[in-house]
Amino acid sequence: MISIRGLSKTFDKTIHAVADVDLHVDEGEVVVIVGPSGSGKSTILRCINLLEIPTKGTVEVDGFELTDTATDIDHVRAEVGMVFQQFNLFPHLTVMENITLAQRKVRGRSRSEAQEMAVRQLTRVGIPEKADSYPRQLSGGQQQRVAIARSLAMEPQVMLFDEPTSALDPEMVKEVLDVMLELAAEGMTMVVVTHEMGFARAAADRLVFIDEGEIVESGPPDEIFSNPAHERTRAFFDKILY
Amino acid sequence: MTQNQGTETNQRSDLRRGPRRVTDERPWWDTFPWWGAIIASILLWMAFQIATNDDYELAWERIAPGLRLTVTATLQAFAIALLVGLIAGMGQLSRNVVARNIARTYVEFIRGIPILPLIFTVALIVVPETTDLLNARLDAWFGWEFKLSFQMRATVTLALIYGAYMAEIFRGGIQSIPPGQTEAGRSLGLTRRQTMNSVVLPQAMRAIIPPLGNDFIAILKDTSLLSVLGVLEITQRGRQFSASTFKFREGYFVVSFIYLVLTLSLSLLLGVLERRMTRDRRGER
Repeated sequence: MISIRGLSKTFDKTIHAVADVDLHVDEGEVVVIVGPSGSGKSTILRCINLLEIPTKGTVEVDGFELTDTATDIDHVRAEVGMVFQQFNLFPHLTVMENITLAQRKVRGRSRSEAQEMAVRQLTRVGIPEKADSYPRQLSGGQQQRVAIARSLAMEPQVMLFDEPTSALDPEMVKEVLDVMLELAAEGMTMVVVTHEMGFARAAADRLVFIDEGEIVESGPPDEIFSNPAHERTRAFFDKILY
Repeated sequence: MTQNQGTETNQRSDLRRGPRRVTDERPWWDTFPWWGAIIASILLWMAFQIATNDDYELAWERIAPGLRLTVTATLQAFAIALLVGLIAGMGQLSRNVVARNIARTYVEFIRGIPILPLIFTVALIVVPETTDLLNARLDAWFGWEFKLSFQMRATVTLALIYGAYMAEIFRGGIQSIPPGQTEAGRSLGLTRRQTMNSVVLPQAMRAIIPPLGNDFIAILKDTSLLSVLGVLEITQRGRQFSASTFKFREGYFVVSFIYLVLTLSLSLLLGVLERRMTRDRRGER
């Protein structure tokens, strides 16, 4: 589903955020990317829908080569859902309008079709009663669940999560992770950047550890947690697990 | 003993200042808008002068007809400036290198020159020379010539000047929207234009409307500069009245009164608009 080959990203010509990364994600696979802050996790994720333009290398999603200028990037982006750390809901629109906007403009659905889909996705994330609220009236956890519903309403092939729980108060982390777990169980192809090791253990088919823009190791989460092959991985887990 | 020590500390004379209110209630005279009452009384007093004093009444009769011109020029200049400002503001944010640099040059150039010399330059040099150039062709092709009145020349100059200021307002308003909003729009598959129109601009309007209102008032006041080209708006009529009758006090008194009434009612209106806009924003982070 996703094929990243030789991906490098350099900022300001000197800062090497990502260096020669290869990553392949199969349909239905859940890949969790972990690593220290500034290691390039988010940059890799953002290259998968071209929010960052790769300096070198290729990114293929659902058969479309993103770095090819002939590719209609808007078309590919509609197939790749993205959930941000800061939710990025549209504050001037209601929850319902947030979820129907792209459905109508990109998918060309009618108002009633889009609303029907919105209600279905809101029910899935557990807050159908919030359809007429504005984002500011919701808690962080609710806002993030609306953001997930907004992406799902586009019926994407892949979902990308960029530290979806990092901006949440601790008591709201679980409600978001529960939605993500359910999504993973339903067979959605997911790439998740997170610091939630519990989620990685429960949902990931594959754990990828990244440090200084490189993939240090990857494999089944249990294996890597219990017996990291690389010294850098071990040092990282020593710092965050207790 | 411990308690006593505490009391003693509180009573240390070097720590005591004068009496201090420890209350969250403010007396009515603290919150009363005195400034509004003062301005209202000044205006009432001025109106009373004009209504009862013959000299002031004469000044009013000579000057007030300029109101129509002042208002027309203001509306025309504001409308053109709005259009120019939007184009130049978006132009500065364009991906197109030519558009970006033309917009930037225009804004920086205009903002660097004071209004008065610009009005003279445009009205007495730029407009005549371009119309001459244009008319040579028009005359040859259609046997028709194109002429711009001094009023229009000055209005266009004002519009070009405020267009540059407004370009900065539009640019700032658009840039005040966090990039995450654009990213969210684009990642849902919306095009650049759709994201701008449905996500960024509606939010930017909140940051744009109040300063645009200020510029509207500023344009109104700056139409007084049209007087240097002999356009018969309020200020020019005031000058003529004062010069011909030597009643400077009466002339400029009436001129000030008219501008005050116009600008104050406008800013009152803007205040209402702004309050309405911030009301549905309440509680947002």
